[in-house]
Amino acid sequence: MSAVAALDNVTHLYRATRALDGVTLALPEGKMIGLIGPDGVGKSTLLALVGGVRRIQSGAVTTLGGDMADARHRAACAARIAYMPQGLGRNLYPTLSVYENLDFFGRLFGQGAAERAARIADLLASTGLDPFPDRPAGQLSGGMKQKLSLCCALIHDPDLLILDEPTTGVDPLSRRQFWDLIDRIRARRPGMSVAVATAYMEEAERFDWLAALNDGKIIGAGAPAELRALTGEKTLDAAFIALLPPEARADHSDVVLPPLRAGEGAAIEAENLTCRFGKFTAVDHVSFRIGRGEIFGFLGSNGCGKSTTMKMLTGLLAPSEGEARLFGQKLDAGDMATRRRVGYMSQSFSLYSELTVRQNLALHAQLFELPEPGATARVSELLTRFALEGVADQRPEGLPLGIRQRLQLAVAVLHRPEVLILDEPTSGVDPVARDSFWRLLIGLSRQDGVTIFISTHFMNEAERCDRISLMHAGKVLAIGAPADLVAARGKPDLEQTFIAYLEDATASTESAEAVGFAAPRGNGAIRRFDPARLWAYARREAMEILRDRLRLVFAFVGPLTLLLTFGYGISFDVENLAYAVYDQDNSLESRELLENFAGSRYFSQRPDIGSAGEVDRRLATGELKLAIEIPAGYGRDLTAGKTPRVAVWIDGAMPFRAETIRSYVTGISQTWLAEQQRRRGLTMAASPINIETRFRYNQAFKSVYSIIPGVIMLILMLVPSMLTALGVVREKEVGSIANFRSTPVTPVEFLLGKQAPYIALSLASFGILFVTALVLFGLPVRGSALALFLGAALYIYATTSLGILFSAFLRTQVAALFATAVVSIIPAVNFSGLLVPVASLSEGGRLVGLIFPCGWFQEISIGAFTKGMDFVHLAPNLLALLGFGLFYQLCAVLALRKQEA
Amino acid sequence: MISATRRIFRLSVKELRSLLADPVLLALIFYVFTVAVVQVATGLKFEVEAAQAAIVDEDHSELSRRITSALLPPLFKTADVIAPAEIDAGMDSGRYVFVVEIPPKFESDALAGKKPSIQINVDATAMALAGNGAVYIQEIVARETASFLRRADGGGVTPVDLVVRSKFNPNLNSMWFTSVMEVINNVAILSIILTGSALIREREHGTIEHLLVMPVRPLEIMLAKIVANGAVIVGASLLSLLLVVRWYLNVPIVGSVPLFLLGSILFMVSVTALGLLLATFARTMPQFGLLSLPVIIILYLLSGSTTPLETMPDWLQWVMSFTPNTHFVSFAQAVLYRGAGVDRVWPELAILAVIGVVILGLCRSRFAKTISAQD
Repeated sequence: MSAVAALDNVTHLYRATRALDGVTLALPEGKMIGLIGPDGVGKSTLLALVGGVRRIQSGAVTTLGGDMADARHRAACAARIAYMPQGLGRNLYPTLSVYENLDFFGRLFGQGAAERAARIADLLASTGLDPFPDRPAGQLSGGMKQKLSLCCALIHDPDLLILDEPTTGVDPLSRRQFWDLIDRIRARRPGMSVAVATAYMEEAERFDWLAALNDGKIIGAGAPAELRALTGEKTLDAAFIALLPPEARADHSDVVLPPLRAGEGAAIEAENLTCRFGKFTAVDHVSFRIGRGEIFGFLGSNGCGKSTTMKMLTGLLAPSEGEARLFGQKLDAGDMATRRRVGYMSQSFSLYSELTVRQNLALHAQLFELPEPGATARVSELLTRFALEGVADQRPEGLPLGIRQRLQLAVAVLHRPEVLILDEPTSGVDPVARDSFWRLLIGLSRQDGVTIFISTHFMNEAERCDRISLMHAGKVLAIGAPADLVAARGKPDLEQTFIAYLEDATASTESAEAVGFAAPRGNGAIRRFDPARLWAYARREAMEILRDRLRLVFAFVGPLTLLLTFGYGISFDVENLAYAVYDQDNSLESRELLENFAGSRYFSQRPDIGSAGEVDRRLATGELKLAIEIPAGYGRDLTAGKTPRVAVWIDGAMPFRAETIRSYVTGISQTWLAEQQRRRGLTMAASPINIETRFRYNQAFKSVYSIIPGVIMLILMLVPSMLTALGVVREKEVGSIANFRSTPVTPVEFLLGKQAPYIALSLASFGILFVTALVLFGLPVRGSALALFLGAALYIYATTSLGILFSAFLRTQVAALFATAVVSIIPAVNFSGLLVPVASLSEGGRLVGLIFPCGWFQEISIGAFTKGMDFVHLAPNLLALLGFGLFYQLCAVLALRKQEA
Repeated sequence: MISATRRIFRLSVKELRSLLADPVLLALIFYVFTVAVVQVATGLKFEVEAAQAAIVDEDHSELSRRITSALLPPLFKTADVIAPAEIDAGMDSGRYVFVVEIPPKFESDALAGKKPSIQINVDATAMALAGNGAVYIQEIVARETASFLRRADGGGVTPVDLVVRSKFNPNLNSMWFTSVMEVINNVAILSIILTGSALIREREHGTIEHLLVMPVRPLEIMLAKIVANGAVIVGASLLSLLLVVRWYLNVPIVGSVPLFLLGSILFMVSVTALGLLLATFARTMPQFGLLSLPVIIILYLLSGSTTPLETMPDWLQWVMSFTPNTHFVSFAQAVLYRGAGVDRVWPELAILAVIGVVILGLCRSRFAKTISAQD
């Protein structure tokens, strides 16, 4: 038996946690391989190492005949491996349609238009997705998302298909269709190996070969029948438990549901509950009644309205129609007392990933105001009961799905609620943990009389409910005890019954067999740089931006607002400065002097000052910017030629303003002097020289001439970098970064592809700003227009690269947002020549100005708009901008690792 | 009421933990309140003295040398003496903001009463310096010429002795101003981004939904974010003011620090609430980034912390008077530079409080609407 992949003594650590512990394993070729085992035993890590998306820490991994530590081999076999990460539709782009998602993957693998069209048509037909090629992926049901994910993985005919828990959180009908689909594909491509991690043992039964993992070690491997024979157990479930080491097994026993002692009255009542989102009716006149202490199961395909119904019962959503009652009272979303009686667990993980497991529990204990010392004890009790002690001081973000679900449940029951509303609490949780979880629920229900409203996709869980309700497309299909429903339909088990109901409702039939793929895979070597892959990313990013209307509006309106505000708002003409006079003389002469101030547009007079103390006080409050003090006897002294002293006090709190005031005062006093001398007939001595002041570049000395080019510099620094800063880091948070890791796309193609649409967007924005500057503000382009346009393009290239750089090396969106804002605003405003010419900055300031592109572009902007500089003089700046762009990009490429740590 | 306070406290502790758990954020906060403040305070000079000037002396007379030496340090920073041919290149490249051209036979013509012309070239694109500098140089040239000629013919004196003095910052050292204002500007950037993005993150991760099914009111969630982020930022800014501005940069702070702290807290409440308010208009982080940028820039440049309010047209001054920054900047200048007491600045404090309450109210009503909406 040849192996498609082999691991040799592989150990993988996450900080102190051993995910894999000296694993040596060979995965047989051309088989359906299953990895089974509880959560957090290393299944995902093993698959990620085999697929080459995680870096090997120690040991050797060989996939498709090559060493996965070798980057060249990884690049070469990327096109032969398909990797589908854990989580519903994690590798899909929600705003792109079904067709566009597939098309994107096809382009990543370098397929031509005809080949893509043929393959997509074929995949859609064989998965039954063909009626909805234009539906956005985000609006698909969970089952459909997984089918689409699978299609995306299969588009390049991989030799090895890696599926990490592909059916977790998917309803039974969709699950069955999913595996049928895999079977059909394998029938058509018999050489393809499929490696699957799964928590569903009944699925594992149909695999060819299984490896059971526990605690980072392989505890058994072989065909399902072999494993059963080895342990002497009848079911795989039992066989797995038998394979576990004794201490892990100790906990296990069958789950028994004691009969329900009916409580009094109803805990939850729904009456014609309806919820509409726009035209779409998510929940359509749903009514049911859940008695106290009852365990009520909610079954249905993904997206059928289960979660929406549950949200209406918690008060998170207001029903469009109908009524929800809790303990006989109409649900009031604002009522704090009600919230204490309800525990809720949402479908997606919604606890704080930055807090540890213990801190999360403690926070909730505090918010529900559990009294001490009971609260601490309760937290410890739950840590024990939900087997979370081992991870109590870890943060949930690194923990496997199943453990995170246990934590969420622990949080939901923490305050001993009377009603528990649990939305798929056991999705992704392994069988052993699920059983212990159910024992807990049953205990809560039967001993404490807690009413439990739970949605699930597991049939064995549905069987443990007192009653279940089947839901489809917003409507309830049937309600009753599981056994009654099975009997009513005359099917062998609940799963068949459920599928029968669903098939009735949908009246859908899977297309039995699809035609073979039209085009064989090209066997050409993977190109190191392929413009088609770059284009695939650029195109995808562009579609996403174009669909995010709000972002588009902000991206254009923000810059324009800034330009208009500053164009009309900033000037360096300081006017209407508040001043007051302390005239102790009050003579004709003193009034004459003061008239010069009163007549100036720069100053605006306030009530006179009456005392020396008032000068200080009114300046101190900021009411006055300037105080003029004329001494008693001024007029007398002036006429007598005794040179009286006039004191002018300026508020020096803002030095720029103070200097301006000083220069105004000087100007006014010179005018006054000239007037005095003229009157005395001293015209001769008026001025011995002419001082000609030439305001170059801007004869009229209009602020807009210098402000507008500067504001354009500022905007093109901030907005483009902000646009790209979240690009990569967002994919990291959302999970679609997996596509970068698992497809042949290189970091350069990926980053350039993400950057390109934003360059285009920013160029368009520059165009708008440019036209506005010309038309609205009448700005001329006195110098080289070519240098201006080329400069803007290179500057945008540099600033978008800066954003990409932050995005590539930071881990969270918040950090990227913050870093970009701080690192771009401070130099762009202060050290780029916007306010003060770069030559006038201190050494340190000039240096800061030089190491950012903004100062270089400011010279181009001012030079080309107002200074009339030609291309040759601006050429060095253009080169500098290009250099910045290349440097940032290089750093980003180095910071972005193709493989996960 | 007591339990609401306790819940706000608990949630604040949670917020603090989230903040402390992110080393990148902490590093940025540190940078913003130390290195960035020093960079701006020491790097950015609005004084005319800082301007680069050059002189073209074609006269080589005593008068021309007197004018030249008057334009050299300490009044001007290393004014270069250049050849006439270098004028255009020097000004085009932005190397010189002012170039004074003294023509040949300037002194002899002046003595002969022929009124020779001296030319001052000003780079009018350097708006902050051009106007003041031109007046300043004119004054120097006129003074030097007058005193030279007076000595030559024993001329008269000016009729009035005009003494201009600056209060609160006698040497008009711009570092005193820029250092404190940079702290304030950074406070605004941080408050808006930290609280706003914290809310968006909760929404994107679904944790806000989780909070809303617990006995916690939306107002409490908001207040907790304000308290936690506000405490960190107020604390950091106070340390920055005392350690970086007063101790390291040696900028005198004459006013009452506790009073400033009180104002800071009121200011903090309104800007963090503004961050939250902006976050309620955005659904995703990229949207929030684009929405908050223009707001931050406008507050940074137009609140009176960078350019004087008096430079703006009335309508814009009116608009800006609704922002907390404008009032806080005016408050901070009064307290820190002019030593104003609470008796003089209480109106600003009252306005800050009112703005805070109004933004919080707006935020509260948007919050309930947007949080429950499906995305």
